[in-house]
Amino acid sequence: MQIYLPIAEISVNIFLLLGLGGIVGVLSGMFGVGGGFLMTPLLFFIGIPPAVAVATEANQIVASSFSGVLAHLKRKTVDLKMGTVLLIGGLIGSGLGIILFNYLKALGQVELLVQLCYVVFLGMIGSLMFIESLNAIRKSSRPGGAPPTRRKHNWVHNLPFKMKFRVSGLYISVIPPLLVGVLVGVLAAIMGVGGGFIMVPAMIYLLGMPTKVVVGTSLFQIIFVTAFTTMLHATTNFTVDVVLAVLLLVGGVIGAQIGTRIGVRMKAEQLRIWLAIMVLAVCGKLAFDLLVMPSELFSLGTGGHS
Amino acid sequence: MIRFVALFLMLALPAKAEEIVLGLSRDEVAITATFEGSEILIFGAIKREAPIQADGDLGVIVTVAGPDEPVTVRKKDRRFGIWVNTESVEVDVAPTFYAVATNRPLNEILTATEDLNTRISTSRAIRSVGATVSGAERFTQALIRIRAGQGLYQTLPEGVWVEEESLFRTLIPLPANLTEGDYKVEIYLTRDRQIVDLYATTIPVKKVGLERWLYNLAHENPFLYGLMSLSIAIAAGWGASAAFSVFRR
Repeated sequence: MQIYLPIAEISVNIFLLLGLGGIVGVLSGMFGVGGGFLMTPLLFFIGIPPAVAVATEANQIVASSFSGVLAHLKRKTVDLKMGTVLLIGGLIGSGLGIILFNYLKALGQVELLVQLCYVVFLGMIGSLMFIESLNAIRKSSRPGGAPPTRRKHNWVHNLPFKMKFRVSGLYISVIPPLLVGVLVGVLAAIMGVGGGFIMVPAMIYLLGMPTKVVVGTSLFQIIFVTAFTTMLHATTNFTVDVVLAVLLLVGGVIGAQIGTRIGVRMKAEQLRIWLAIMVLAVCGKLAFDLLVMPSELFSLGTGGHS
Repeated sequence: MIRFVALFLMLALPAKAEEIVLGLSRDEVAITATFEGSEILIFGAIKREAPIQADGDLGVIVTVAGPDEPVTVRKKDRRFGIWVNTESVEVDVAPTFYAVATNRPLNEILTATEDLNTRISTSRAIRSVGATVSGAERFTQALIRIRAGQGLYQTLPEGVWVEEESLFRTLIPLPANLTEGDYKVEIYLTRDRQIVDLYATTIPVKKVGLERWLYNLAHENPFLYGLMSLSIAIAAGWGASAAFSVFRR
């Protein structure tokens, strides 16, 4: 059954959208990731205009992270103070990202920007995860491997404007979390992702936050940054397709619950290696599209002299 | 402009020997949530005061044109190993939908001069005045090729059935990715490759119901639309977590 998307202005099979939402939902439940970095490229592949895909995905992430943060708030694993600092950075970043996005859209280069960002970030994260989980599997097969020590004193601890974050048990400068926030905000605006896949490693390795508060705090930040991004896209580009968002949501919500159950039964290292392979596959497909001569060299854009 | 001049000249002709009488299968096309494309049946008759006397070949041309819009056509080139958009051409006027149906190939029933004046063939319906890039023609050809691939530009050389030189009908398929607006339907009657009569009408194509409402809200009140999208998202997120926590207990 086809459904006409009022903003994307195309007809798409309704079951394809529900299925995509479901599959990405299962994966995000299994791996504990937002899924935006998989969903947005998949939307490109099925022919949704990139501008609509990015903006709509931002809206969908609001829903999935809201549902996630509720559980973390109940367990008190959200550092609201750290979240707020990250959020301030995020809002600035999102604003900058939208300016860049709209500027390149006028130049006709926005697709390139989005694709390049995906190739670079997916490639980086995918290979890091792949190597790390390979090492982890190798270590776990040898008994008695010492766990890596995490809290080191690095340059982060020598910056000014220090602040106490009681929930995280940290006394650090606000500059690094602000910068992390800005980076994530830019990515949210350009790539239509929550940015958890950048923020979580940054919080653990760069800021030295305890692992138990990392996910809840990043979800807290993501809700507001993606909500802000959605508003910016909706008011400047008119590209948020609410029908598309709702369909993806329905599939995603159900899929996530199934995925969580599957995830519990699998080993963490195995899970991560599969996630890494998937990330690298999406990255490879996008890179391939950029490198190989396209079958149609010409493309159409909306008019307006630029 | 030129088309109007041509029309005016034709109207100035003394009493027409042959005239078009038209019917349409529908007087508007509604884009609903489940719109999968559509088709319009255009049929009519040729009215004559006297029995057939002209000995030239009879031609019937039916054009359906969507609203005009400027389009930017971009071309990719390899830069630093990857394919990026480089040159671009602004096409000032390009119909968002254009179909030409004829009873025989267009050049057999219309002279090149008449085509130039009336802008019937697809390549004539597109105008790019300010093109500065050399070889701008390749860009307009690409526009036609891409839109033809999407079913938006159609040339149907034997799409009009004519019976007994007096009844004609044609079926124009409309794809799902239609742009809203007034679609101009024009029927030309030709004798000996010269236009002898023209009949023009419009069919509005519009989104209806929820589609209409959402599209309008998104463009006229984007702030409210954004807030609505966010509320739906938050309600769905909250609902999902509430529903599944009940389920788990």
